Amino acid sequence: MSNHTASRIRGERLVKYSIITPPFLFLLMFFLFPALIMVVASFRFPGEFGGLAPLFRTEDGTGGLTLENYRLFFSSSNYAWIFLRSFGVAALTTVICLFMAYPVATLIARSPKKSRDLLVLLCVLPFASNFLVRVYAWMIIFQPFNMMHSRLAVIVGMVYVHLPFMILPLYTNLEKHDPTLLDAAQDLGANAWQRFWRVTFPMSLPGIFSGAVLVFIPVLGMFAIPEILGGKDDWLVGNMIKEAFLGARDWPFGSMLSMIMTITVLMLVALSAWFARKGVYRA
Amino acid sequence: MALLEIKEVSRRFSDLVAVDNVSFSVNAGEFFTLLGPSGCGKTTLLRMIAGFDQPDSGTITLDGIDLKNTPPEKRPIHTVFQSYALFPHMTVEQNIAFPLKMAGQSESEIKTKVKATLDLVALNDRAKRYPNELSGGQRQRVALARGLVNRPRLLLLDEPLGALDAKLREQMQIELIALQRDTGVTFVFVTHAQAEALALSHRIAVMRAGKIEQLDEPDRLYGQPKNRFVADFIGNVNMHDATVRTIGDTLTLDLGKLGKVVAPLRKNQSLKEGMSGAFIIRPEQVSIRAASEPSGDPNQFVGTVNDFLYIGDVTTYIVDLPDGARIEALLPNSAPGRAKFFELGDPVRVSWKAEAGAFLDS
Ligand SMILES: Nc1ncnc2c1ncn2[C@@H]1O[C@H](COP(=O)(O)OP(=O)(O)OP(=O)(O)O)[C@@H](O)[C@H]1O
Ligand SMILES: [Mg+2]
Repeated sequence: MSNHTASRIRGERLVKYSIITPPFLFLLMFFLFPALIMVVASFRFPGEFGGLAPLFRTEDGTGGLTLENYRLFFSSSNYAWIFLRSFGVAALTTVICLFMAYPVATLIARSPKKSRDLLVLLCVLPFASNFLVRVYAWMIIFQPFNMMHSRLAVIVGMVYVHLPFMILPLYTNLEKHDPTLLDAAQDLGANAWQRFWRVTFPMSLPGIFSGAVLVFIPVLGMFAIPEILGGKDDWLVGNMIKEAFLGARDWPFGSMLSMIMTITVLMLVALSAWFARKGVYRA
Repeated sequence: MALLEIKEVSRRFSDLVAVDNVSFSVNAGEFFTLLGPSGCGKTTLLRMIAGFDQPDSGTITLDGIDLKNTPPEKRPIHTVFQSYALFPHMTVEQNIAFPLKMAGQSESEIKTKVKATLDLVALNDRAKRYPNELSGGQRQRVALARGLVNRPRLLLLDEPLGALDAKLREQMQIELIALQRDTGVTFVFVTHAQAEALALSHRIAVMRAGKIEQLDEPDRLYGQPKNRFVADFIGNVNMHDATVRTIGDTLTLDLGKLGKVVAPLRKNQSLKEGMSGAFIIRPEQVSIRAASEPSGDPNQFVGTVNDFLYIGDVTTYIVDLPDGARIEALLPNSAPGRAKFFELGDPVRVSWKAEAGAFLDS
């Protein structure tokens, strides 16, 4: 290798590192570090007036590390039920979003290039108004139908808020499909259903996967919608966590709930990624 | 009866007539080619045969049955697309099995047919690969295999060799001929490369601006082009404005300042004295020698070498004639060690026989 090439490669490396360092430091500071604080907090005692008790045991017998928070979680089936309900609501919301988003995304992907951007803009337009205002608007819609404080109201609200997060990745995927592939499939004898099921659908799996992750996970953490539209039975993990921090001021308990949720979600994502890799799709 | 019959088919896109009252028929087992420059309507015609587009007028019949109301998926016609259109999420094997699956064939039947077709295109060792793991030539072969596996009545090929480099193209041409012969499937092939059309086809339809200019076998297209466009489009040709002087067993043509030449009179050519048109002659029919050497040919002119192109097997000389016209003459380089016979500016004598060349009235 000539000296010239060597110095060029060194220069490129310098540029690469100087670009990548700021976001890396940012994530380290504001993501990894708080996550570690949360891990530790979930093993600590709550402070007397909220916050945390000292990390190391003091002479008066307060502070130190404990498994008490986790014991509490597993000692009653209530918490497990709320978790299960949350995953159920999240799964149902994801599936409904998928079925509603697919036709919309297909329509946008197949409309003329000029109008696509406008249609995408229309899909994200609701974000232009405040989230809470929109949820309260649903309250006004639900009341005459006596639907307030029901599971149905929660699901409708969840689907409404998260639908764009399914439409966008699906559209991005579908838009890239080469239309001649559908011509080829038809030419080789595939009817409309077969063309969808054998060509479009398997090729859109990566889009479905991203959309599902973008809907499923936020729904788990969502507390505003169940609180405003749902009843006491409709509380999800997000409500419990919020209640632990803001209501009971029990930070360790809230941290423990977050920990369990994070671990479960990571396991689910890993599992579905594994299925996706093992499954039908190859780019 | 012809397998495919195109009758007075037209297709208009707003004010543009892409296919203009075209009629022809393709026989079973034939390698038929649509040849023409870009934009002449080849793809439009092919899409109507495949069923993706409908003619504005005229009929397309297959085995005597009008295809008008048959959707593409129901036509026993398959297409090999220029971009191959292989399914990226399926292996080579699954791609080839696709039309068989759509036809509802049994697993065991599919297995044997896919295996046999993989053998046919020599891709057995690539069966489990995905399209993005294949070379251009291999993708091409998968596309062909997929189109041929369930033996359609007709295989349409839209510039299938367009994306390949010259060497691979030549190799695929040979494979195409072999595939067509071995499977017995009728091919309708589209290209704008005249050499490719000549090499592959049983018959060629030369198209221009939505119309068929001439439909013939390759040697007749090359040897007896009907008009200036075909003569110019197929191979290289020397062309000179000419007027008919006398018509006898042969023609005498007036080439203006250059003087007179004799040319053969084609059968079923109806000419009148005084008619104007063009005299054409292929470069390989023109002999070239030093100006000092005499020639026994009835047609001869002395000129100077303006340029030459050494191609390897042959050298093309471009000779300036006294009236300012240019004529190309082809000299084979079969003599060992001699690549070049004349230098720039050399006086040379070009000549050709009475039966070479032709007069075209359009
Ligand atoms: N869907 C369409 N709408 C409008 N015009 C079209 C359409 N399809 C084709 N044309 C026009 O019809 C003419 C013939 O097009 P076609 O694609 O058949 O040409 P082609 O012979 O296949 O050319 P190439 O060798 O470049 O592929 C062109 O002028 C083209 O612009
Ligand atoms: Mg074309």
